[in-house]
Amino acid sequence: MIGFLFRRIIQAIVVILGVVLIVFLLGKLIPGGEAAAALGPRRSPAQVAHFNLVNGLDLPLYDQFWRYIWGLFHLNLGYSFKSNEGVQELISQRLPKTLTLVGVSTIVALVIAVPLGILQVVKRYTLIDYTLTAGSFLFYAMPPFLLGFLLILYFNFDFRLFPVSPPINSTATTIFTDPRAFVLPVITLSAITIASFSRYMRSSMMDALTQDYVRTARAKGASNNRVLYGHALRNALIPILTLIGLSLPAIASGALITETVFNYPGMGLLTVTAASNDDIPTVLGSTLVITIFTVAGSLLADVLYAIADPRIRLGSSS
Amino acid sequence: MTTHDETTPATGPDGLLEQPLITPTGQVVTAADGTVAPEGGESSSVGGMGRQILQVFLENRLAVVGLFVIVFFILFCFLGPVLYHTNQTNSEAALNATQNGAPNSGHLLGTDATGFDMVGRLMFGGQASLIVGFASAAVATVVGVIYGAVAGYVGGWIDAVMMRIVDVLLSVPVLFLLIALVTIYRQSEVLIIVVIAFVSWLVPARLVRGETLSLRVREYVQAVRVMGGSNTRIVGRHIIPNAIGTIVVFATFQVADSILLLAALGFIGLGIPAPGTDWGTMLSDGVNSAALGYWWEIYPAGLCIVLVVIAFNFIGDALRDALEVRLQRR
Repeated sequence: MIGFLFRRIIQAIVVILGVVLIVFLLGKLIPGGEAAAALGPRRSPAQVAHFNLVNGLDLPLYDQFWRYIWGLFHLNLGYSFKSNEGVQELISQRLPKTLTLVGVSTIVALVIAVPLGILQVVKRYTLIDYTLTAGSFLFYAMPPFLLGFLLILYFNFDFRLFPVSPPINSTATTIFTDPRAFVLPVITLSAITIASFSRYMRSSMMDALTQDYVRTARAKGASNNRVLYGHALRNALIPILTLIGLSLPAIASGALITETVFNYPGMGLLTVTAASNDDIPTVLGSTLVITIFTVAGSLLADVLYAIADPRIRLGSSS
Repeated sequence: MTTHDETTPATGPDGLLEQPLITPTGQVVTAADGTVAPEGGESSSVGGMGRQILQVFLENRLAVVGLFVIVFFILFCFLGPVLYHTNQTNSEAALNATQNGAPNSGHLLGTDATGFDMVGRLMFGGQASLIVGFASAAVATVVGVIYGAVAGYVGGWIDAVMMRIVDVLLSVPVLFLLIALVTIYRQSEVLIIVVIAFVSWLVPARLVRGETLSLRVREYVQAVRVMGGSNTRIVGRHIIPNAIGTIVVFATFQVADSILLLAALGFIGLGIPAPGTDWGTMLSDGVNSAALGYWWEIYPAGLCIVLVVIAFNFIGDALRDALEVRLQRR
């Protein structure tokens, strides 16, 4: 297991380094260079030269990359010329809120999707199964912002159940002090995840039911419930950890949309606002940070998988 | 979109035209749906298999419904404007007309905030959504397939480096990467196609690499190599055609995903720039006046996106089932 974890951590570090390189190169690929993006269309050549000199942009590319990484180690993500603030300051206020939203929604999605998948297997090939499959198709095909707006339309305008405004407090504990403002964003973000998780849960358990160990269990006279929950479910549950890890980038994308719909001040809204202001350093900085957290989340999911699966936990470190 | 082509007859291994087939339902089809003989050499098709795939596909009622929906929308968006004339270019004339008008006999689905007829707008925006969906899926599939096949076939450290690049790009949340690219390079329809393809070629690259790893050690590949076939020939004529099932299924799902990605971009305000539009941009425009009760500016565009995406998913699922029949006979 230690060998598995070691390889997995090295892999995560390599991926993060690659992402850093890509984000760095994206900044270099701006037409006209970073100076053009920062100084605007009415820049003079002298201003551009001065800007490049001050910010070290006249150095060779590898030197610049080294300085970029050096800056990252000191939590320096660049400077947002549009908002006159360091990108790291902008991000540090919003990151906890996105992490809260993503974390809560993923847990809610799991709590709902796993029983739904089991229900579909228990009632397989019945009306309930088909209805739930149709429902998951619908939620998968529905753009998340449409779902969000429909929720706002019905629950806020028509019934006035939840506040339209986002949570005002800027700390991660807002969810405990102002939970009502979280309800609709969490529903929106978890709905799509529920659709894919429950589809996975269903097919994973159906698959487990065709395995030899299930036939053996039945042959030994195990009850239907014991086969379902003791054998099929336990084997189908572990891979869902991997699925969470793999879904994290998609959930982060969903969070971006959800935050924009509900005006929820997280990383996604920051990125969208920055994009509409042509604030490229902020867009790149938040892309980098959200990706690092996604990679870390996937790593965590794999570590949990290694702990949960006896085949890896007890296996030799080959 | 892909190499799938039902109108031109396939050439068999000998370069001979294969005879068209007649399905049990009486339709004449040629077996050129990209199926290949598992033990055969070059991209050819065995009649029975092609017919079987078509049969399994047609037995899936959802897939047939999906196919009808897509044909309907293609006709609606591209042929519709010929039959149903609306002004979609002169915004001044449109401004003089009714804005946010409720549906009536003149405007079947009312008018939008500028005064454009909504039915015509749906056709116009649908053209962009469908073109971007198909084109970016096609580009992503072609690039991904070639990349994956080369990586898997060459192997060694080149494969390792190529696949790490895919790992890195796959770990960036798609929408963040899309927004970064569109912000840096300004919007245009072509750019949006390229950018959506850029974030979508990674999955087929992985899939095809996996298939290539198992295909390149097959006897017929070794036979070609012994006979002096070049690497390009082996990859292009033997490995890629044999992975066609995986490729077609991916491409189908990708069209749906591309349309959803464009809708998301449109919602953020980075969709097809004015005076053009797409379903996502229309939806997000309509939502701005949602509180005023202009339902015709929201639901039709939303329904179009949902229907087309579901239809492509139905077809993709059915294709996967149908092609599994082939895998079972391998």
